[in-house]
Amino acid sequence: MRSYRGNLGERVEPTTRKRTATQTTPHMSTLDVVRIRKDFPILNRTVHDKPLVYLDNAATTQKPRQVIDALVNYYSRYNANVHRGIHTLAEEATAAYEAVREHTARFIHAGSARSIVFTRNATEAINLFANAWGRTNLKPGDQILLSEMEHHSNLVPWQLLAKATGAVLVFLKITDDGRLRLEALPTLLIPRTKLVAITQMSNVLGTINPIAQIVQHAHATGALVLVDAAQSAPHIPIDVQQLGCDILVFSAHKMLGPTGVGALYARETLLESMEPFLGGGEMISDVQLTSATWNEIPWKFEAGTPNIADVIAFGEALTYLERIGMDAIRAHEQELTAYALTRLGEIEGITLYGPDPSMSERGGIVAFNLNGLHPHDVGTVLDADGVAIRAGHHCAKPLMRRLGVVATARASFYLYNTTDEVDRLVEAIRAAQAFFSKPTRAKAAV
Amino acid sequence: MTMVEQLDELYREVILDHFKNSSHSGAIDEAQIKVDGANPLCGDEMTFHLLMHGEQIQQVRFHGKGCAISQAATSMLAAQLEGKTIEQATQIIETMKALMQGQEPDPSVDLGDLEALAGVRKFPVRVKCAALSWNVVEQGLKDYQTQKLEAGS
Repeated sequence: MRSYRGNLGERVEPTTRKRTATQTTPHMSTLDVVRIRKDFPILNRTVHDKPLVYLDNAATTQKPRQVIDALVNYYSRYNANVHRGIHTLAEEATAAYEAVREHTARFIHAGSARSIVFTRNATEAINLFANAWGRTNLKPGDQILLSEMEHHSNLVPWQLLAKATGAVLVFLKITDDGRLRLEALPTLLIPRTKLVAITQMSNVLGTINPIAQIVQHAHATGALVLVDAAQSAPHIPIDVQQLGCDILVFSAHKMLGPTGVGALYARETLLESMEPFLGGGEMISDVQLTSATWNEIPWKFEAGTPNIADVIAFGEALTYLERIGMDAIRAHEQELTAYALTRLGEIEGITLYGPDPSMSERGGIVAFNLNGLHPHDVGTVLDADGVAIRAGHHCAKPLMRRLGVVATARASFYLYNTTDEVDRLVEAIRAAQAFFSKPTRAKAAV
Repeated sequence: MTMVEQLDELYREVILDHFKNSSHSGAIDEAQIKVDGANPLCGDEMTFHLLMHGEQIQQVRFHGKGCAISQAATSMLAAQLEGKTIEQATQIIETMKALMQGQEPDPSVDLGDLEALAGVRKFPVRVKCAALSWNVVEQGLKDYQTQKLEAGS
């Protein structure tokens, strides 16, 4: 990893990033952020008497009034179970729920709403696919290709599947600056590679991976490609047809929506060929005492009463994102990230992780460490200043090991963040450094 | 108490001293108790070596990776346990656990520098950082006693 460590009192110099980034005008934004912020009630609160600076968006994002209102509206006006009743409320609830399925399909440019399955989150979507597809399609010795930068949710389901089927996990390695070693792809992809499961954007490094290119290689040898879009779908325009991927998963709560909703996109023929994941109501066509036949896709994969209210509210989140525009959101975050990398790069003793911002390959995530300080201590002191960041291993322990660290601090941005907030982050980091460098008794060791 | 005062209380001078210059970091090759533990939530790891003489803890060394709170708690515990019997050590650990749960510590138990950790209670998410060390040592002492019983029977 590039390191910006300098000796005490020495200005940290050597980066081309500084020169390029000072040419940007950090205070110009493509979005009307002042207006956007008014839609998010939580952004008005204070934390320890300081205005909240929320920079933990890769963990979960805040919700606009429109999404919160949709929840209240559903429960106040048309709460009913879907697909069952013949009364007005059930009809209204079913129509609203299914409309969001169509909306979700449009949002990622899927050809049909039949290819969208609602789950609890991206993790469950991956588990659904791993079980429903993997257990019948993998034989001992078949290979699943993953990468070193995956979140645990795109590792552990495959470990379980490999254990159950005798399949083997193979890994695409990363470079020191946090990019996939794509040159290894042609060698790693063999006829026995049945699936490539890969993140579109690393939740630690911010790296945006060239999915279309990976899909081309994978399809050439007959492997399916599953894309973990939990970090990318909230921040960059997604077009599954352009990407060419077979499966794509994401979570609503990381894109202004409520918790408890995820989506699995898979090609219709693939979904049709798969066995169910969970059994129960809704997913059946007919049930005898000892056997059952399955409902059509996508309902075959939605056993039991789904998370109706939150799916409906997620529809409002999609509407909100579309109104602002995914391209505009991406541009705003690129600006913020460039500014943040410049300002953070000026801090003595900081190490920044992830690729150099030839910004097309980097999303709004900045992981960092400060010399001699553990990220948890940094997080606690930043919180005292009202600045919310993540500190820890980010559910990516293999990546932490690859980076040679136990944990990192991480700031992650969204459409409502501002350069002023980046300044608050930088000030808070400097305050944390000052706090921990205050002289102690400095006598003999204790 | 203002947030700044709470922070000063959390990171008291003695805590930062232990964090920055612990004299108990290291290893003891001939230690009878070698025990390690990790906190899966944050990735903190630590290993304790305890040199025993029968029921008495003669020397304690530790190494690991973690935040200031976990490292200081570990160093303080190591310092406090040296010379104590297993029973006294268990009493100290139980007292620290009670303290973290908001109870007043038993004044008859000498906590030494460990008392400085009282400020951690104001930061519930950080209690686990401090707790790792005593959970690890407690496990090590238990295993040691079990082995001794089995060897004796």
